Amino acid sequence: MEFLRPATWDEALAAKAEHPTALPISGGTDVMVEMNFDVHRPPAILDLNRVTELTEWSNDGEVVRLGAAVPYSRIIDELSGPLPGLALAAHTVGSPQIRNRGGVGGNLGAASPAGDSHPALLAAGRDVLVEAASVRGTRLIPIDDFYVGVKRNCLEPDELIRAVRIPVADGPQQFSKIGTRNAMVIAVCAFGFALHPRSGTVGTGIGSAAPTPRRAVEAEEYLRDVLAERGLWESGELLGAEVIQRFGELVKAAASPIDDVRGTADYRRHALAVMARRTLTWTWNDYRKQIRSAA
Amino acid sequence: MRVTFTANGKPVEADDVWEGESLLYVLRERVGLPGSKNACEQGECGSCTVYLDDVPVCSCLVAAGQVQDREVRTVEGLGGEDGELGLVQQAFVDAGAVQCGFCTPGLLVQTDALLEQDAQPSDADIREALSGNLCRCTGYEKIMDAVRLASARKCAGERAGGAVAE
Repeated sequence: MEFLRPATWDEALAAKAEHPTALPISGGTDVMVEMNFDVHRPPAILDLNRVTELTEWSNDGEVVRLGAAVPYSRIIDELSGPLPGLALAAHTVGSPQIRNRGGVGGNLGAASPAGDSHPALLAAGRDVLVEAASVRGTRLIPIDDFYVGVKRNCLEPDELIRAVRIPVADGPQQFSKIGTRNAMVIAVCAFGFALHPRSGTVGTGIGSAAPTPRRAVEAEEYLRDVLAERGLWESGELLGAEVIQRFGELVKAAASPIDDVRGTADYRRHALAVMARRTLTWTWNDYRKQIRSAA
Repeated sequence: MRVTFTANGKPVEADDVWEGESLLYVLRERVGLPGSKNACEQGECGSCTVYLDDVPVCSCLVAAGQVQDREVRTVEGLGGEDGELGLVQQAFVDAGAVQCGFCTPGLLVQTDALLEQDAQPSDADIREALSGNLCRCTGYEKIMDAVRLASARKCAGERAGGAVAE
C-alpha cells in the first residue's frame, strides 16, 4: 500500500489523477474503521490533512462555501447561523472526538444513505452544489444528482471533493434523527427540513430509509402549494392538523426502507411521518415568531 | 514507512510503519506509550483518545502517516515529569472513578480537554463531553464525581492565582 501525502490541493489532484484507485482520507472516521477491520485494503491512501484550504469556509452572504474537511465541531461552533440544519445534523454525528475529525466531504465521499449530513444538504435546497475537482477542471454537481446508489456517488475516479456550496438559510431549518441513544448512533432513520420563505418553497431530506439519501418531492410540492394558495407565508397562520398530517404521510410515502439490524421498514416509515410532522411544526412555529416580531 | 512526530513534547520516530496502521498502534507498539487503550478500533469507545495538535481525537481513527510532523499528547503526558499525577488524574483517583481502568486513559484526556475549554462545566456539559467514552464497568456516577472534583480544584487553583491547588 502507498501512503500519499500531498502538501497542496494541486498536488492532491495530481496524485489522484496518477492513482485513481487511491482512497482519500481526511478525518479517517470511516476509512480507518474499514482499515482496522480489514474490510477494505485500497492500493493507496491519499491523505488530505496537509491541504489546509479544505478546512476553511467562506460566506458571501448568499452562499456558504464549506471546505470538504471542515470538522463537524467547527460547523456547530461557527456555522449554526447560516447553516442551521446542517449544524443540527452535525451535532448528532458520533461523539465529540468524532466531530473533531469528521466532515461533510467524507460523508459525501462515502455516500452512505445513513450519513447525517445528507438530509440537511437536501433540505437546504436544490441549489446545493458539490464542488468536485480534478486535474481536468472543476464540476459543480447539484446535490440531487450526487447520490447514485447505495454508498455510491457520481464522482469520477480522478475527482476529489473540494467543497460544498450551500445557500445561506433564509428561514428556519430542523433536523431529526432516530437512534438508541443521543451519541454514537448510526441513524435508524433521519429527516431534514427547511423553510425557504424567499422562494416560497420547502426542502426535505430523508436519511437511512432508501438506497440513497432522498428528497420527498411530493411532500415538498404539496406544502409549497398549500402555503401559497392559503397565503400562509404572509399571514403566518397556523397550518392546521390536516396539512401537517398530510405532509407526514407524503414524506412516509417517499421512503423505500428495508428491514435491517437497526430497525424494520415499517418502523422507519412510521418514524419518518412523526419526524416530518414534528420538524414542520417546529420550523413553522419559529417562522410565525419571526414574521410577528418583524411586523 | 518512517513516521516522525512529537509525543508528549519529545520527538519520536517509528520505523517500518504499515501504511494502513493507526496512530494508536504506533503509540502502543512502536514508541512505548501503551497508556492509550485499544478496545473497539472504530471510534465507538473513546479509550484511545489523545490530543492531536491540541484537539482530542480517537487515535484508532488517525492513520499513522497523518501525524507526520505533528504533535500528539497522550495520557502519559497529563502527569508531571517526575511521575506526579496531573489534576484530572488525581481527581479520578480521589473520587474512586477507576474500576477496571481500561476506559480511564481516554476519559482523562477527554476530561482534560473539557476543562481546558470550560473549567466549570454543567452536568449536562460533562455528559455531552464524555458521550463518546464508554465505561463497560458502568461506573459513570463516580466518573461524574471525578470531573466535578477536578473542575472544583481547577477553579480553586485559578482563583488562588494560577497554581494548581491539590
